[in-house]
Amino acid sequence: MASYSTNEFRSGLKVMLDGDPCAVIDNEFVKPGKGQAFNRVKLRNLKSGRVWERTFKSGESLEAADVMDYDMEYLYNDGEFWHFMMTDGSFEQHAADAKAIEDAKDWLKEQETYVVTLYNGEPLSVSPPNFVELEVIETDPGLKGDTAQGGSKPAKLSTGASVNVPLFVNEGEVLRIDTRKGEYVSRAKS
Amino acid sequence: MHWQPAASLSNIRARAALYAQIRAFFAQRNVLEVETPILNASTASEPQLRSLQTIVQREEGGAGSPFYLHTSPEYPMKRLLAAGSGAIYQICKTFRDGERGRRHNPEFTMLEWYRPDFTLQRLIEEVAQLVNTVLGTASYRVISYRQAFVDALGTDPFRATERSLNALAEHYAHYEGEQLDRDAALDVLMACVIEPRLGASQPEFLVDYPPSQASLARVVKDDQGDEVAARFELYIDGLELANGYWELCDAAEQRRRFEADNHQRKALGFEEIPLDEHLLAALNEGFPDCSGVALGLDRLLMIQQGAQSIDEVLCFPIERV
Repeated sequence: MASYSTNEFRSGLKVMLDGDPCAVIDNEFVKPGKGQAFNRVKLRNLKSGRVWERTFKSGESLEAADVMDYDMEYLYNDGEFWHFMMTDGSFEQHAADAKAIEDAKDWLKEQETYVVTLYNGEPLSVSPPNFVELEVIETDPGLKGDTAQGGSKPAKLSTGASVNVPLFVNEGEVLRIDTRKGEYVSRAKS
Repeated sequence: MHWQPAASLSNIRARAALYAQIRAFFAQRNVLEVETPILNASTASEPQLRSLQTIVQREEGGAGSPFYLHTSPEYPMKRLLAAGSGAIYQICKTFRDGERGRRHNPEFTMLEWYRPDFTLQRLIEEVAQLVNTVLGTASYRVISYRQAFVDALGTDPFRATERSLNALAEHYAHYEGEQLDRDAALDVLMACVIEPRLGASQPEFLVDYPPSQASLARVVKDDQGDEVAARFELYIDGLELANGYWELCDAAEQRRRFEADNHQRKALGFEEIPLDEHLLAALNEGFPDCSGVALGLDRLLMIQQGAQSIDEVLCFPIERV
């Protein structure tokens, strides 16, 4: 496997540290004028999600992590694993466990495309698209005429997630949701 | 690809205004502006500095010989001092290979000046006045290298063992890698833990460095009887801005330090630097008692303009040249 020197560290680069795959978030070159050069690096441990800070001598290298992102379509959940299929025409399927699915589980919808990160060929994490359209399965009845501003109310979506929606929203309607903030954006255009 | 400059037009204008301000500052004080070669037969010997090299042919088709792009104009300026120039300053481009980051570009601009008969304290006062002229920082603080370590880490850098410095580096600077030698451990703690705290509310001058970090400064005794380098560094907002020395004027001691640097370079697998015999001859001839300082003008401009990256004050950083 290839390795990368600290001066090649760019945001997003995947390297191995203490046996775990990590993504470089930030890399700062520091050097007291007459002294030795170091790189202060922030990395996200892709297994735990934790941010690590490490300082290396400039020019040290770390082994590259076999971590790649792929577009995959969500197929189904068998009770234990969530199954995805590559969208590159290979129809190759991958099963993600509960830990890998954690960030995406509120926004999973069949036939929607997700970014699945594979580590040594196994799903490590799943990221939802920025926007998904989901059906409201439970909410208080809508208030007629209230299409402008006003209060909000909780609504339960088909995935089980709960979001705040405007008072005019009814059960059975499909909503556009911003997955980054978990917020209602609009009614989906049908 | 970007053909456009990285710096805003207003920062490009600010640089021109800064240079005018600096030239007026020194004109008023009768400090002479000089110009010395960028291409030099010798260069800085410090193992941590990497000089760029080029080949010069003095006639077309002739045998070329290697020259260095200077990392600072120190050696030729000292030859002018030995020749009786009196107080001198220079604004010039300098080069350091392998240095690129938010605060570094391999090519940068330095203001360097020398003051015969100035003590280090008097030079610190003058640097503070120049910085005040540019930034409006009326007050400043002087703190010893030792005190800065005690304040930040509760440890005396002159007494701590190499092992405990390594433990501190691992714990506070999150250092990961092979064991560091004493100076490297001090450097990583300085860069990651101490520097970011320096100069937050007013310019801070760090003084009395460990003698192993004397470079071209004299070594004297501090009030605790420890040998310290008569050297200072200026910090503002955690940014290292200037490095000053009470200049070494002993040719024999200078030769010993050059040789020690080369010895260390050889051990580290770096290229050895030919001794600058011109400088050594000049020191031997009678070099005035003086203090000198180099100040990074790109960084001064960064602070003045509130820039987070050196790129914001450079027309064309290395990726755009």
